[in-house]
Amino acid sequence: MSVTPEHPADLSRRTLLRRAAAAGLLVTPAAGLLSACAGSEPSKSDDTGAAKSKDNPFGVKDGSAVKVVIFNGGLGDQWANEDKAVFAAKHAGVTVNMSSTQKIKTEEQPKMATQPSDLVMNSGADMMDISTLVNEGAIEPLDDLLTAPAWDSEGTVADTLLPGTVEDGTFQGKFYVVNVAFTVWGNWYNGALFAKEGWQPPTTFDEFFALAPKIKAKGIAPYVHDAVHGYYPRWALMATIWKSAGRQAVVDIDNLKENAWKADGVLPALQAWEKLVKDRLLLPGNLNHTQSQQAWLDGKAAFIQVGTWLKNEMAATIPPGFEMKLSDYWGLGATDKAPKDVFAGAGEGLVVPSKAPNKAAAKEFLRAVLSKSGSAKFAELTKSLASTKGSGDGVQDTALASANELMRNAPKDLIKTKLFDFYADLDKESQNLSEELMAGRLTAQQFVDKMQAAADKVAKDSSIKKQTRA
Amino acid sequence: MRHGVARFVTGFLALPVALYLFYVVWPFAQAAGYSLTNWGGYSDKQEFVGLDNYVRLFSDELIRKAFWHNVFFLVTVPLFTIALALFLAFLLNVGGREDRAGIRGVFGSGLYKVIFFFPQVLSLVVIAVMWQQIYRSDNQGLINGLLMKIGLVDADNPIGFTADPEPFLGVPAVLWWLLFIAVWSGAGFYMVLFSAAMQSIPKDIYEAALLDGASRFHTFFRITLPLLRDTISVAWVYLGFIALDMYALVFVMTPSQGGPNHASEIFASVLNFTAFQKGQFGYACAMGVALAIFTILLAALQLRITRRERIEY
Repeated sequence: MSVTPEHPADLSRRTLLRRAAAAGLLVTPAAGLLSACAGSEPSKSDDTGAAKSKDNPFGVKDGSAVKVVIFNGGLGDQWANEDKAVFAAKHAGVTVNMSSTQKIKTEEQPKMATQPSDLVMNSGADMMDISTLVNEGAIEPLDDLLTAPAWDSEGTVADTLLPGTVEDGTFQGKFYVVNVAFTVWGNWYNGALFAKEGWQPPTTFDEFFALAPKIKAKGIAPYVHDAVHGYYPRWALMATIWKSAGRQAVVDIDNLKENAWKADGVLPALQAWEKLVKDRLLLPGNLNHTQSQQAWLDGKAAFIQVGTWLKNEMAATIPPGFEMKLSDYWGLGATDKAPKDVFAGAGEGLVVPSKAPNKAAAKEFLRAVLSKSGSAKFAELTKSLASTKGSGDGVQDTALASANELMRNAPKDLIKTKLFDFYADLDKESQNLSEELMAGRLTAQQFVDKMQAAADKVAKDSSIKKQTRA
Repeated sequence: MRHGVARFVTGFLALPVALYLFYVVWPFAQAAGYSLTNWGGYSDKQEFVGLDNYVRLFSDELIRKAFWHNVFFLVTVPLFTIALALFLAFLLNVGGREDRAGIRGVFGSGLYKVIFFFPQVLSLVVIAVMWQQIYRSDNQGLINGLLMKIGLVDADNPIGFTADPEPFLGVPAVLWWLLFIAVWSGAGFYMVLFSAAMQSIPKDIYEAALLDGASRFHTFFRITLPLLRDTISVAWVYLGFIALDMYALVFVMTPSQGGPNHASEIFASVLNFTAFQKGQFGYACAMGVALAIFTILLAALQLRITRRERIEY
């Protein structure tokens, strides 16, 4: 669910040529579409191991090679090179073939059934649908990784992880996805500007609506959002729903319970957003994520909601004197059932394909990624927390510090929605409706009705495998 | 002797035919095969489901919507592109003054030819990315920024372009904006095609018509157009293929690739979503096969309708 974005427009020339061929610009459209579906016969993978030990719990064979594919999005790929060095310290004889891309699905999906890479970071706008991967048995359960000894600290790997990391990677009772980045979401503001103007970052929508006219008076739009990728506004909508209606309401929504979208507190949460749009508090224009983030950095808008990868993603264009600070999503006020819960979780998932030729080395590489030294480098390079405990301890940065602060005061329950990982149809529908709500073409009531109808349709469809969460 | 020739020809053809069979025909056959299964795309497990996927196509609302959007492009892309290309070609070849050297194009037609043809040398995705900046919906967009400067567009209500689903003449605005780009990028090539065809029409036919006092309007509709029939027919079929695709523009330029809220959904975008997001490769292959059949039928129909006796000159 936690996805670092990338531009759909950032197609490299090579992928676009391949895509052009696939889309059939050269022959007929249908011809290209036809061949896009075709695959080839699967081959057998062999997983011959060496002796297992504490320093080599999966029995990685010396002299073997492991192919690692990294998503090069908001977090970059430099951190992975550091992990390569960490890995080499214990396994100098194993060759790590690392590559990075933004087109995970385009490049990796065709190989999944036959000759996949050993370790794939499944992230970004072009990621492989995780529930499909699990349902098809295309990826390997990694429960033995959790019980393996930690790389450079006491206890098992599971002991070293931040809360939520194991849960976020678990599907149908098994641990499949190692999410390496721990992301905190919320409303970002410029600390320097707010200090200068004497503004307090709001904690509820009411406080925001009171502050908004003062912001507008300075010629600044109170809020800016990504109007191109529906999952951006959806984070904010779901966070408000959780705070207003409480944890159980969102769990019911995820479990496709009857009338879950009609529960108390859901509609008022969406109405707060409807009011924000109707009161014209948004910066006009349909900007994408980086455009809207840049508009915020340029001082055109006071608030933007996004995750902690923001600092790294915009590093090149942050104006001097700009103080990036994160505050929690706003609740509705006294009626809120879970006002203090924070939207955070482990994201940026690495998966091991079932047919990978060197699964042992892939798991061993994951152990290195989750190590103390590897995760410290990760936090230092990306200005994001890693899923390993204590990764941010040595990093000085206002953005990271404000995220740490938010996490320190957060209750144990983290805001989390699973629905959109479970069902691709609802993922699409909710993204579309979120965009429509934020564009002012849909009311909160219509949003609720349409989501309920879409959820009912999935619930009734026997061809869709159902999943549940607690 | 005859034997030797056959062997000679076969020797040259074997390799290309083999490549064609392996890389083109075989994937087609595979896709047709998968369309009869419930294959998910990520594993080697699949069950035969017969024609279920095809039956499902007919009750799929999203497919129906995408189909009508494709039909919109199928009608408009060839119509506008050919009309514009013909107009430009006519002006560049026979639209200018007549003098002792005969009929010629408008002044500077050589330069215009290069300018109009230019979009053709750019890749479609490059064009899409470029137009993203032109269509950008705040004051940094080329069109919005300009119109805001001269006060024609209110900064609080910029033109939405590809993010605008409001219907214009019953069709979502986003499709019209995409159509504009498709016509802009396609017209140059067909202008050159028509120019070449026009140049092969003997000048004395025009001169004779002019002597008889035919106006430019009449020369175009009575002489040029009928003599270009073959070329236009071919152009129509090609443009039909392009109209049934449109994938690159929709993928790069519209929100949520087919949005806002399915307003620019086309066959290819639904197919892409079904295969790669929903993991229903079998069903997606059925869509591909259905589109292929539709395309072939259309091309056959088109060529049949326009078939006439050829005029030799």
